[in-house]
Amino acid sequence: MPMLIDTIDDQTARAACARQGNRPDGLIEILHDIQASAGFVSDAAIATLADALNLSRAEVLGVVSFYHDFKRQPGARHVLKLCRAEACQAAGGDAAAAEIERRLGALGVTEGDEPALEIRSVYCLGNCALSPAALLDETPIGRIDADRLMSELVAREIVEAEPQ
Amino acid sequence: MNTPPDRIFIPGDSAAISVGADQVADQLAAALPDTCRIIRNGSRGLFWLEPLVEIERDGERRGFGPVTPGDIADLVAAGFPDDHRLALGPVAAIPQLARQQRLIFARCGLNDPLDLDAWIATGGRAGLDTARALTPDAIIETVKTSGLRGRGGAGFPAGIKWETASKAKGDQTWLCCNADEGDSGTYADRLLMEGDPFTLIAGMCIAARAIGATGGLVYLRSEYPHAIRTLTAAIGIWCEAGLFAGLGDGDHFDIEVRTGAGAYICGEESSMLNSLEGKRGEVRAKPPIPAISGLFGQPTIVNNVLTLASVPWILEHGGEAYRDFGTGRSRGTQAFQLAGDIRHGALIELAFGVSLRTLIEDFGGGTRSGRPLRAVQVGGPLGAYLADADLDVAMDYEALAAIGGMLGHGGIVVFNDTVDMARQARFAMEFCTIESCGKCTPCRVGATRGREMLDKIIAGEAVADNLALIEDLCELMTDGSLCAMGGLTPMPVRSAIQRFPEDFTRQAAE
Repeated sequence: MPMLIDTIDDQTARAACARQGNRPDGLIEILHDIQASAGFVSDAAIATLADALNLSRAEVLGVVSFYHDFKRQPGARHVLKLCRAEACQAAGGDAAAAEIERRLGALGVTEGDEPALEIRSVYCLGNCALSPAALLDETPIGRIDADRLMSELVAREIVEAEPQ
Repeated sequence: MNTPPDRIFIPGDSAAISVGADQVADQLAAALPDTCRIIRNGSRGLFWLEPLVEIERDGERRGFGPVTPGDIADLVAAGFPDDHRLALGPVAAIPQLARQQRLIFARCGLNDPLDLDAWIATGGRAGLDTARALTPDAIIETVKTSGLRGRGGAGFPAGIKWETASKAKGDQTWLCCNADEGDSGTYADRLLMEGDPFTLIAGMCIAARAIGATGGLVYLRSEYPHAIRTLTAAIGIWCEAGLFAGLGDGDHFDIEVRTGAGAYICGEESSMLNSLEGKRGEVRAKPPIPAISGLFGQPTIVNNVLTLASVPWILEHGGEAYRDFGTGRSRGTQAFQLAGDIRHGALIELAFGVSLRTLIEDFGGGTRSGRPLRAVQVGGPLGAYLADADLDVAMDYEALAAIGGMLGHGGIVVFNDTVDMARQARFAMEFCTIESCGKCTPCRVGATRGREMLDKIIAGEAVADNLALIEDLCELMTDGSLCAMGGLTPMPVRSAIQRFPEDFTRQAAE
């Protein structure tokens, strides 16, 4: 069995486990750690975690699949979280989100193998007095509208300017 | 008038940053002489004024806001005059702030949240110092006297919970702070953790001394990266200053921040405990209650951020003084959070009993859009939708329950007359399908069936039959779910149907 594990060992996962003292209760932190460096949780990472934490692969996969934050596939370089919860709905968030999705879709930046940007619906960013709210990677953006958000994305060189 | 101010404050709070506070700070740094200190304070919670720049001269702070980077050159050149179009006068006298009763948030926004000396200089440590001189039992008695109830939403008396845990047998007692503030319309925990983290840490230290906890964990949602950074740094500073010493059982106590992973259900305490154990965040059946058998099967207190942050004031001023605020069985203050279509979105800390109308109209200034108010959701996504006729309700646990609502974590989301309440009811069910942990059938399957029924109602299909069916389903979910997720999802659905029936029959009529 150790031979098999060795062949699919994942050094990132192994190091992340070590940082949590190989304790199974640290699994959520370990998965955050892996995702921060690798971008997603691979099959090899799951096998390594199971080995290092003395869990079954099914247990590890069960945890990975439970939480919205953890991804099983390589993701986009940037993540735009758009809040779709009530306080943002009440401030016109649904219409803003639809327009942002449409305009980014037209630019083609949210598609392909390694897209520039992933749009993710989330439910509350805790900025409900300045809704609709967004979180671009770790930058909070309040009172969003499509124009403001598109110019922010262009300014950060995440997307190119829309054709006039 | 043209002398530079002694100190100038611009919040580093994520809400302020979301509307340009960092850019304003950069402009200020470039425009002002080096002798002027720029401090990134926490937010005062008056979000419609953000970015709120405060100028301190001779100990008085005067506000300007909302400031854009483009305003800075003009403001600096003119010397921040009182007759500027953005001038707000003395910050402490801004009516929406002056009329609050800030106990928990007394220090939020005053200083750099990581300036421990400033926090101590403003009396922040007094509650903890008092607690150190008291026996654990005496601390618990004080909290019981205060009438403090859990601010996460369930409203369970904190002192009784603490007493149960202190008497429970175990190898180790845990203190878990629930900072998984997932309810839409709420941001009080975030504001405090980013603006005054030491008060939360002090509250946890007092609780640890009371129950003999040796391990403290804060379960903080991943959607709050700024709060994670600020609180983690604050814990490091606190530890460095030796302030953890002499607490907990065997004089050992420390606090660790653990990051959530985007699951709303992990705000439910038993689900949170599973997540802290590195497991799927599925809820646990009760009993046993966590105070008897919680994290790793040990006695565990789970308290909300605001519950714990209320404790330093209670210890400093006494349980009776705290009990003097509030009404009926709702004692002390509540952090009401105005959100949605609201002109003056803000955190309003006031004694229980203030009317919803006062909060929305006097403090909030009505809708931001200028359209008529139609519905208000109080208490997060599981709270009831109230109508204009309900606005005179007193904001306390019992009065809200009496009209079929709940206070929850104190969120107030205002909707204008463009809202379609059938769609809001459908969203409540949809949210439950997305966030249900899947452990119990009424919630896991019920929410999906409920969403389907509401889709049919919205399409005008057998409306009367589907309304009868959904009432039956709501009763089943309320009675049969393991936790508040499935158990309370019917609250927004039923309240929407009861108060806004015309939105559910419109399609059929057309």
